[in-house]
Amino acid sequence: MLTQALFRALDRKAIWVIGIFLAVAILVPMANLLIPPGQFGHVPTYLVSLLGKYLSYAILALALDLVWGYCGILSLGHGAFFALGGYAMGMYLMRQIGTRGVYGNPVLPDFMVFLNWKELPWYWQGFDNFWFAMAMVVLVPGILAFVFGFFAFRSRVTGVYLSIITQAMTFALLLAFFRNDMGFGGNNGLTDFKDILGTPVQAQAIRATLFAATAIALALSVLVCSMIVNSKLGKVMVAVRDAESRTRFLGYRVEYVKLFAFTVSAIMAGIAGALYVPQVGIINPGEFEPGNSIEVVIWAAVGGRGTLIGPIIGAIVVNLGKSWFTTVFPEFWLFALGALFVLVTLFLPKGIVGLWKQIFGRARAAHPDTTPKASADIERGEDPATFGDAQPRPAE
Amino acid sequence: MSKALDTMLYLDGVSVSFDGFKAINNLSIIVQPAEMLAIIGPNGAGKTTMMDIITGKTRPDAGEVMFDGRTDLTKLDEAAIANLGIGRKFQKPTVFESHTVWDNLAMALRKPRGIFATLFYSASNEDEARITEILETVRLLHRKDEFAANLSHGQKQWLEIGMLLAQDPKLLLVDEPVAGMTDSETEETAKLLREISVTRSVVVVEHDMSFVRELGSRVVCLAEGSVLAEGSLDQVSKNPVVIERYLGR
Repeated sequence: MLTQALFRALDRKAIWVIGIFLAVAILVPMANLLIPPGQFGHVPTYLVSLLGKYLSYAILALALDLVWGYCGILSLGHGAFFALGGYAMGMYLMRQIGTRGVYGNPVLPDFMVFLNWKELPWYWQGFDNFWFAMAMVVLVPGILAFVFGFFAFRSRVTGVYLSIITQAMTFALLLAFFRNDMGFGGNNGLTDFKDILGTPVQAQAIRATLFAATAIALALSVLVCSMIVNSKLGKVMVAVRDAESRTRFLGYRVEYVKLFAFTVSAIMAGIAGALYVPQVGIINPGEFEPGNSIEVVIWAAVGGRGTLIGPIIGAIVVNLGKSWFTTVFPEFWLFALGALFVLVTLFLPKGIVGLWKQIFGRARAAHPDTTPKASADIERGEDPATFGDAQPRPAE
Repeated sequence: MSKALDTMLYLDGVSVSFDGFKAINNLSIIVQPAEMLAIIGPNGAGKTTMMDIITGKTRPDAGEVMFDGRTDLTKLDEAAIANLGIGRKFQKPTVFESHTVWDNLAMALRKPRGIFATLFYSASNEDEARITEILETVRLLHRKDEFAANLSHGQKQWLEIGMLLAQDPKLLLVDEPVAGMTDSETEETAKLLREISVTRSVVVVEHDMSFVRELGSRVVCLAEGSVLAEGSLDQVSKNPVVIERYLGR
């Protein structure tokens, strides 16, 4: 069963993408560790971490595309799952600081000592164990998405309404995590990390390892997504995207299909966040900013939604642009981002991947739009289930 | 209740109103197992609303809706009703346009609908044979790898009928199946529906009188949400009330 699903997942395109990121996982750390600085081909350590950050964003964009591009759920709160995964990792890293903190308390992180807390809150228990923390990286975003999705999808909240409540979710978490009494370091978040698995996080070898782990996680994410979208369930997801109501009349439980996609996607986003935090060295409530989640949507749209490679390209290209822009014209970045989104929506409805196909003409001439308006907009307007036009439909 | 036994579909005293407008008003209809019923009537007579009620999209305000003599459909949702064995073809052909003709049928094929059953599904030889057989029946075998978006209107109608066949339902609700079809296609459709009704119950809503004649089934004329006349097509079309309200003079 699983082998057949794996076999289906590994079509030619997926093999290429997975192969490239596995190669990157080996080559970049080698270029960093084995080639001495100053020599041709050396990748400096800061660049390794920067690239690692981009790849964790790529996982996040791919996760969003699984729900948005394939299942029609425009989540404007995916940054929340990313941040929760990041916080779980951050909590582990905080516990590793031990007596090296400013106050030298062996158990309590500095900010708790500062707040005059006497003992570790219950939800911080266990985070000194790496594997427990890794389980939380998966479970916390997964369970939140499952519960949130269960109620939202069962009540048939769709389209723009769903987008708004996902946005509200991340905003609520933003406000909650800003509070000092929450016990997550408030405004400052978690930072000043020392060790991961007994080795200094700043060490060159750890930086290279974290990069490799991120690239491998990205390859695995592509594999999982490919397995899902190439299965019959993936086809049902697209059916839900295009004609939700019709899919119900075929006997599929649309709410469960969405719940599955949403939960898997949130778990991927959480893993991305956990890989991101040790590479940037900080996690604070700013990661819950609604704007961050919207940026993820832009990455996916720029790269090309409804494809597996598109969101990865989008995340990397837009963030490269951001890194360049914010050093050259820092005050114009948001304008550039906004303009990019408008231009892509107007002129590149299928993103960079669509442009590529157009130029190299390999696109099957007969392929309908990736997001066709199904003729199945049954009794439009009357049925909230088919009132899904709130999403930008770059198709026409 | 007892009257519902041995029927395939039993509607008794069903009413529903939208914002005070009575779309269905004390409607009672019975469909027997392996029977075809044609429903005619002017626009706004409540034909589509009736189908919405049967398939769980709309809840009736009052009345009884029983399937297969024992299942109360008013308590179930669309997916549960579809899985009981009620298939529906919509007025506007509604196929999944970004999927191929083959995939449309593969999704409709009667198989476990659970998440993990669907995720790990692989088509068996029987499944493929069944899909091929349906493709032959609806004459789309030569276009099986094309996207449904590229089919003509009539072909989409056929594909949707094919999807109904793939679902293998006990009761088929078919809303305007021949709109946009040529005369010969219409004839073929009537023949196909007659064949299906040998083993299953079929409810057809149609405006095309010559098509209804070819179906040769019992006819019910609806108007303003209730039954105006019932009987053979000849009886119904001679009914003075039907002539006045629907057929015109």
